[in-house]
Amino acid sequence: MFNASLKQLSQQLAEKKISSVELTKEFLQRTRTLNPNYNAYITIDEAMSLAQAETADQMIAAGHASPLTGIPVAQKDIFCTKGWLTTCGSKMLSNFTSPYNASVIERFNRIGAVNVGKTNMDEFAMGSSNETSFYGPVRNPWDVAAVPGGSSGGSACVVAARMAPAATGTDTGGSIRQPAALCGISGIKPTYGLVSRYGMIAFASSLDQGGPMAKSTEDLALMLNVMVGFDERDSTSLQRETEDYSRDLDNPLTGLRIGLPKEYFAKGMSNDVAAAVERALDEYRKLGAEMVEVSLPNAPLSIPVYYVLAPAEASSNLSRFDGVRYGYRAKSYSDLSDMYRKSRAKGFGAEVKRRILIGTYVLSHGYYDAYYIQAQKIRRLIAQDFADAFKQCDIIMGPTTPTVAFNLGEKNNDPIQMYLSDIYTSAASLAGLPGMSIPVGFGNNNRPVGLHIIGNYFSEAQMLNVGHRYQLETDWHLRMPGV
Amino acid sequence: MQWEIVIGLEVHAQLSTQSKIFSGASIAYGAMPNTQACEVDLALPGVLPVLNKGVVERAIKFGLAVGAKINSPSIFARKNYFYPDLPKGYQISQYELPVVEGGCLRIQVDEVEKTVRLTRAHLEEDAGKSLHKDFHGMTGIDLNRAGTPLLEIVSEPDMRSSAEAVVYAKTLHSLVRWIGICDGNMQEGSFRCDANVSVRPKGSDKFGTRCEIKNLNSFRFMEKAIEFEVRRQIEILEDGGIVHQETRLYDPDRNETRSMRSKEEAHDYRYFPDPDLMPLEISEEWINQVELMLPELPEARRRRYVTAFDLSDYDAMVLTATREMADFFESAVKQLPSQAKLCANWIMGEVSGRLNKEGIEISDCPINPVQLATLLQRISDDTISGKMAKNVFDSMWRGEQDGNVDAIIENKGLKQISDSGEIEKLIDEILVANSQQVADYRSGKQKAFNSLVGQVMKATRGKANPAQVNTILKQKLS
Amino acid sequence: MTLSFNDVRRIADLAYIETNEEEAHMALAQLSEIFNLIEKMQAVDTSAVEPMSHAQDVVQRLREDVVTESDQREQFQEIAPQVEEGLYLVPKVIE
Repeated sequence: MFNASLKQLSQQLAEKKISSVELTKEFLQRTRTLNPNYNAYITIDEAMSLAQAETADQMIAAGHASPLTGIPVAQKDIFCTKGWLTTCGSKMLSNFTSPYNASVIERFNRIGAVNVGKTNMDEFAMGSSNETSFYGPVRNPWDVAAVPGGSSGGSACVVAARMAPAATGTDTGGSIRQPAALCGISGIKPTYGLVSRYGMIAFASSLDQGGPMAKSTEDLALMLNVMVGFDERDSTSLQRETEDYSRDLDNPLTGLRIGLPKEYFAKGMSNDVAAAVERALDEYRKLGAEMVEVSLPNAPLSIPVYYVLAPAEASSNLSRFDGVRYGYRAKSYSDLSDMYRKSRAKGFGAEVKRRILIGTYVLSHGYYDAYYIQAQKIRRLIAQDFADAFKQCDIIMGPTTPTVAFNLGEKNNDPIQMYLSDIYTSAASLAGLPGMSIPVGFGNNNRPVGLHIIGNYFSEAQMLNVGHRYQLETDWHLRMPGV
Repeated sequence: MQWEIVIGLEVHAQLSTQSKIFSGASIAYGAMPNTQACEVDLALPGVLPVLNKGVVERAIKFGLAVGAKINSPSIFARKNYFYPDLPKGYQISQYELPVVEGGCLRIQVDEVEKTVRLTRAHLEEDAGKSLHKDFHGMTGIDLNRAGTPLLEIVSEPDMRSSAEAVVYAKTLHSLVRWIGICDGNMQEGSFRCDANVSVRPKGSDKFGTRCEIKNLNSFRFMEKAIEFEVRRQIEILEDGGIVHQETRLYDPDRNETRSMRSKEEAHDYRYFPDPDLMPLEISEEWINQVELMLPELPEARRRRYVTAFDLSDYDAMVLTATREMADFFESAVKQLPSQAKLCANWIMGEVSGRLNKEGIEISDCPINPVQLATLLQRISDDTISGKMAKNVFDSMWRGEQDGNVDAIIENKGLKQISDSGEIEKLIDEILVANSQQVADYRSGKQKAFNSLVGQVMKATRGKANPAQVNTILKQKLS
Repeated sequence: MTLSFNDVRRIADLAYIETNEEEAHMALAQLSEIFNLIEKMQAVDTSAVEPMSHAQDVVQRLREDVVTESDQREQFQEIAPQVEEGLYLVPKVIE
């Protein structure tokens, strides 16, 4: 059952072979056993989960079920969830019980999905290893010595270890795709503007995008059907016609033009990753796709650009954490200014403070044009590179990460090395394009490798089709870590 | 040395919408603390702004009223600074591309017309309030006002005296109320002025260093604060010192400005385009629609009053001080088209005087324009004299006879005697009874005539038409 | 360009984050490395390029001017560090 697809679980619920309460209990029971090893959840509240499962069972009984009704879903702790502790992995919000629901949470609630817990994450989604969490690092279920990736490391871990059939994540520069790759699961960051950001605690507003993490692309499609939708409370939410992301899953791939950016296949990628990616591309050739070399000349600048823009927006987004209306307030202080400075100094961890400082600097008087404006200009060039590439191909592929999961503590004191984990993922974020990672085998130390698939704007259904056809031919997505 | 004063004004006009600029919370004044601060206003983690259409519409109205350019797109930016009444740690404002750019306001100072150029007007959100009450050494924060829509209207440094600054502020105040974008209530902070003041040697073409004076919450304070500040700057300069650019606070109790802890150099607001808000585009079509909704503007009305009603510039100015006053005047004139001047005199005289005395607005005037016109009609058709009309006006004000003019005249027996036969008969009787005065008049004593008129008026208890009495009496005596 | 110790103090001050000497020195070292990386951007000639603020080229949507929110003070203040008489309390604000 723990390896069943969402479709299979949904079917069992519909046929009353199992109730949502029973299903939820199974996953909670497994979580109780496994979570202590992995630290993937920040909050588990069995009573609240089971209450939702009961409601779901009533919906099913009343004939009001949709595909994810009654299905347990783990929620990244970045989504404000009414009545649940919502920490964003930070001491700053370690006492914050949200008084309202994020739009994504509302969408899951409306169709009767069951929230089985809030997953651990890098503090304020700033990190690529889950080691910046105030709640301690998450372990990679394939190898507890390894990091799960980040920032959605908890979500990646719970799906990989089958503590939940699916989870939500958010991605600013790679935070869904990179941990999905390192934990051997599937994850997609949709086109910017498709998933509402309302109630999703902001890191970098112009880049943040919520998305699903699951075992297979087929599951991702069902999750996207729930998560995507216009939200009048988010000015950046796009008004588009509703799509069924499952509709094209089975389309043949004959004639599909796969663009391989030469910049992504240059030096930097480790041999084990390169080998797994190459085998996956061979599989696509067998499926009738053709390979086209494309170029993204400005993509190598995406890390510098990203590390100007994301911290700039973050430095401002995180100004609201001041210990006045909610959140952490320092125990002792001498005056107002001291209260602010101490609360923020103690409430934020080192990486968050580092990024606030970078962001403050690049926006400050005299540096704005040289950094912020220059970064925004190169952002446009990067987006233009993709537009040019998509004239020659339908979809772009490459490695999700340069290496398999690294060890805990390995890059902790080397921010630059940590930042380079997102070298292949951040360009698509800057352009606002959808990006997906699917598992394509194992590299060194038997750690998973992900294939990165970048589509054109709004081509999620096609990307899922591309992933699904591969997953029909292979079983990497069904491999479970020995837990 | 002769000094020239240079003043520019920044006015924050609170826009008279129902809801806030970026949230659906109410902006009604006077609610219990923090009961009108929703999750967006409180800047809970994850919340996002969505722009209020009513706010943009009001900005367009203003832009059209001052002949400015409506920018499309305009951009919202974040102004970053920490303060407990600023929940997000940044204020959403407009920086590089404001919604309204340029335009001007014509003001009239001592009968001379002058044009004050506007730099820009931009939309932004208001902050909350720190309460002065002491809570065991702590300050209480009320965020009801946070997110209230403001239009910040910035003038060029075109004013040359405190009097000009005040007239500009009053004209602007009248305009924003006229076009219905701001209630103008200064006590409640709906119309707040900051003045940038500098002085320079007369004839110089370079501006002196300016100081920004805050907290000018009445026109009187504005005048006093500017005058104080000008004296202060001149004294410094004449003593060979230099004026430091800073923000100063006006203290009405001491009638002085004082420096707000000068941290000017530490301010670095790190403006950048708000990634949560998209560029604001305003279509020509929308602008045209708003233009149709715009009332006739004060300046146009003033010109019309002078040409169509033959009023003086001064009268036209006074009558267009507020839209309510002008509308009152026009409603009255509509009833009495031939007597525009009489209507103007009564509205500027009796009506305004009484309103001032009782401290009420013309919108709350107990006499409506139709009633007033009826009263004036009775003067012009000689039913009552002007003097009696004042008596009737008092009764109308008190609401007697439901303000029915004719009923009051009837009830008080004030109807003027204009029947010449009746007056003639009365005069004949008086002439007989006052033969001495008749003789005196005929021997050239003019005073005696007045005495005879007085006798007639006395006999009719003032109801005889004085002009008629004069004419008939003269005939009889000649 | 090189970041100075004073720059770090200045931006920590602007960001309202208390930073002691040791932390500032460490931040200086790390930020300097990060800025070396960022500096690579300066090699690109962008004089003819418009800055890109948003991932999507759409315009601001407007909401109707209606009050949709009701009083939730009690719920919102349950999570506040210090409140009294419906107000959020902070150390004395000096104007």
